[in-house]
Amino acid sequence: MNELAITKELILEHGLTLDEYDLIKKTIGRDLTYTELGIASVMWSEHASYKNSIKYLKTLPRDGSALLTKTGEENAGVVDIGDGLAVSFKIESHNHPSAVEPYQGAATGVGGILRDIFTMGARPVAALNSLRFGNQNNPQVKKLMKGIVSGIADYGNCFGVPTVGGEVYFEDSYEGNPLVNAMAVGILKHENLATASAIGVGNYVVYVGAKTGRDGIHGATFASIELSDESEEKRTAVQVGDPFMEKLLLEATLEVIEAGLVEGIQDMGAAGLTCSSSEMAAKAENGIELDVSLVPQRETGMTAYEIMLSESQERMLLVIKPENLAKITEIFEKWDLDAVKIGVVTDNGNLRVLDKGVLKAELPAQLLVLGGDAPVYDREKIKPKYLEEVQKFDPNKVEIPKDFNQVILKLLNEPNIASKRPIFQQYDHMVQINTMVEPGSDAAVIRIKDTNKAIAVCTDCNGRHVYLNPYEGTKGAVAEAARNVVCSGARPSAITNCLNFGNPYKPEVYWTFVEAIKGMSDACREFDTPVTGGNVSFYNENPTGAIYPTPTIGMLGIIEDKDKVITQDYKNVGDVIILIGDHCNEVGGSEYLKSIHNTISGNSPKIDLKHEKKLYDAILDMADKKIIESAHDCSDGGLAVTLAESCFKQNGQILGAEIKMEMKYRPDFELFGESHSRIVVSCNPKNVELIQKIAQQNGMNSEIIGKVIEEKFMLNDLINIDVEKLKTNWSTGIIY
Amino acid sequence: MRKIVFNVITFPGSNCDNDAYYIGKIRGAKSEFVWHKDTTLKNPDVIFIPGGFSYGDYLRCGAIAKFSPIINEIKKFADKGGLVIGICNGFQILTEAQMLPGALHMNESLQFICKHQYIKVENNSIPFTSALEKNQVLDIPIAHKEGNYIIDDDGLKSLQDNNQIIFRYCDENGVVDRKFNPNGARDNIAGISNKKGNILGMMPHPERAAEDILPGNDGIGIFQSIENYVKSYI
Repeated sequence: MNELAITKELILEHGLTLDEYDLIKKTIGRDLTYTELGIASVMWSEHASYKNSIKYLKTLPRDGSALLTKTGEENAGVVDIGDGLAVSFKIESHNHPSAVEPYQGAATGVGGILRDIFTMGARPVAALNSLRFGNQNNPQVKKLMKGIVSGIADYGNCFGVPTVGGEVYFEDSYEGNPLVNAMAVGILKHENLATASAIGVGNYVVYVGAKTGRDGIHGATFASIELSDESEEKRTAVQVGDPFMEKLLLEATLEVIEAGLVEGIQDMGAAGLTCSSSEMAAKAENGIELDVSLVPQRETGMTAYEIMLSESQERMLLVIKPENLAKITEIFEKWDLDAVKIGVVTDNGNLRVLDKGVLKAELPAQLLVLGGDAPVYDREKIKPKYLEEVQKFDPNKVEIPKDFNQVILKLLNEPNIASKRPIFQQYDHMVQINTMVEPGSDAAVIRIKDTNKAIAVCTDCNGRHVYLNPYEGTKGAVAEAARNVVCSGARPSAITNCLNFGNPYKPEVYWTFVEAIKGMSDACREFDTPVTGGNVSFYNENPTGAIYPTPTIGMLGIIEDKDKVITQDYKNVGDVIILIGDHCNEVGGSEYLKSIHNTISGNSPKIDLKHEKKLYDAILDMADKKIIESAHDCSDGGLAVTLAESCFKQNGQILGAEIKMEMKYRPDFELFGESHSRIVVSCNPKNVELIQKIAQQNGMNSEIIGKVIEEKFMLNDLINIDVEKLKTNWSTGIIY
Repeated sequence: MRKIVFNVITFPGSNCDNDAYYIGKIRGAKSEFVWHKDTTLKNPDVIFIPGGFSYGDYLRCGAIAKFSPIINEIKKFADKGGLVIGICNGFQILTEAQMLPGALHMNESLQFICKHQYIKVENNSIPFTSALEKNQVLDIPIAHKEGNYIIDDDGLKSLQDNNQIIFRYCDENGVVDRKFNPNGARDNIAGISNKKGNILGMMPHPERAAEDILPGNDGIGIFQSIENYVKSYI
């Protein structure tokens, strides 16, 4: 093993601590080779090892009778939906690559999460994206946004998956460190469920897909440091995506899985060949021996180190029975793709790497992986000082606006509330012809062909609320996601999460992380929505500090009867508008305070999880009885924004609303506060009685607050505007 | 009476092939996929060249697909009067293969655009539109980055003189105006046919609006037209 000598500097440069290096050295009883250092460093990087988060992730509810895989053990979670079918879904961050190279960073984020889905044997049926940027008026932010949106669009559109939903938020804290959380959802037949495991000693290890280049080397390590001015120099760590190649890889991969030719399979994402081979070996408690000289390469002179660490895209690693190699090669050839045997499964538990027969690395697979010997840390936690400061803010001191017309016009024009059409119309959201509810509603709804079912999916997190109160804010994120699928008529089923935080070595950041996990845990337990998997992204900081703690929730909801799908827009003049839920007296952390009073403070809205759950039961009962025409939850911008948004119909037409409601609290708090556990429904007058009865049976307050009219939006004597005018403001808030 | 047979051509990178196949199937036709490297068709009554990104659209859209072996078979089938419909990338391939005149350039906005779009039926005398009314307005989704139809003056005059402009972009009331043109296409052209009327190319996706369960079902009329035509001879 004649390689570069290992020095202290080299170890630190690889992002390992000296203690960590000594631990590895002690385990194997000798110094590491350069190739081994590379392998160990990416596997023990935050991104691959979850070393600073796994202790707390394990406290999340991860059980459920419908789960077909164990959380964290496969590439993506899998939920049984009956009829012999299952849904595989996952969300993952690609924040740092997107900050440095927005187009490719975002594109490969989409590519990576799609591979996580089809490596399970599932055909991707939907993609979503949760995006967060700084102020859209900053030209640098605009450049990032355009790059990221085009990267997502070009990749998903070419691949042929509908991009049906997500979020776009603009807050100063994300400036310089945008968040790009990509989610994908796939459908599979139970019998095609694949596993990421190197089963069967003597089986072949086969490399399929695109050739390997030098791109993305140390991508996982790059994801595990703070962004700085020097990050630009790390640009070579960003991979380049090829959605056409991914589409071919999808078809070929599903073909070999469906033909029963595959024993184990894992995509090569972060940490590439290293991660896929060591994780598959460790999972099966086997070893893998491979020769990197056999790996298809598109550059010459690559070393074992480079090949093992490359994060070139659109590649998969298969474990197959020797007799199936010919059939597999034939299928991949049909799709013009490489399928090459590069190694075998062994019984010695080691990841053994050769280059033209010369040994370059040999490490126990268990040593490398999460759940094996990879380190698990708990870090120092200190409650951040800013919390006391922001929470002592007394909202009663803000003045009640004189002109509520101006307030609603301004709020609808705020980019956080305004229509996201300029962005989502760049995404093909209809391909595969399953999109029953298109983007712009509370959740997107995808029908499942050849069944009576549909699924509703969304992503949610109000980072401002989490910033003001990490525990309550995170509970709220889960609740809002659940409420959004409920408003489509879907029963919340399971979540995936993407935990975006700052540097975990900062005690204040770590405290917010642990609080967020507690909040998520409590909410998911109450709603019976287990966490099926996801991803942690630490080190999201720019030179001025950490981002808002942003635990993005990706929610899956199931609709048993697709004729019972609900949308958020009003349907008929004369329908009655009913608020299910309580009046609002909480205004902390609202878009209203930020937009009108220029302050981000107060406490985030509190949430009673049991009460919230009853709201879901009530709405789902109404949906099941087909007695509501629309349902839309109260969230960003509060009740007034909810009532106004329902006037903007999905088909481009408009309706109006005449609201007459009693005010228990300050009218601005009532109308623009963002209290949870509230959904506005509209219905035919003949159904009012039954709706109120169902609400009452579930312990929910219900109140008739108005009716659907034509073209005017009127609220007590406070608001009186043409809906067209509201819609113009709402449609032009995002300047693309 | 036997079933109508749809042949859906799959190129590497086609991604609306399953959609066309599915609509054929649920409408009672026999849907068959045909791989682009194949040299025989599967007894089609109508050939669908679906949307997508054949060969990744890394060169001009459709520029590589036109060299696939199956293209010769499609040409022979069309020469004999067989029905061929190219949707989106399929339209691009038909122009590249010179089965239809003109070309499709990048949208004026330089962006991909996916939305519901009104189009007006300009000619209902061809097999693809016979079940529709002339001047009928349809809501059919578009989803493309290169849908800006261009053609020279003589070519345009020839299209007009021969009634080959089948669909034009318009508003909900059927007003054809530049304002309602999503991509800059010349003369608001959304779809054209050959002179005989048996080859149709269109940017909007009728297969995305052919079921009651989806938002919009105005594409059904195009499928009905095809079925009426085929039923007249089988």
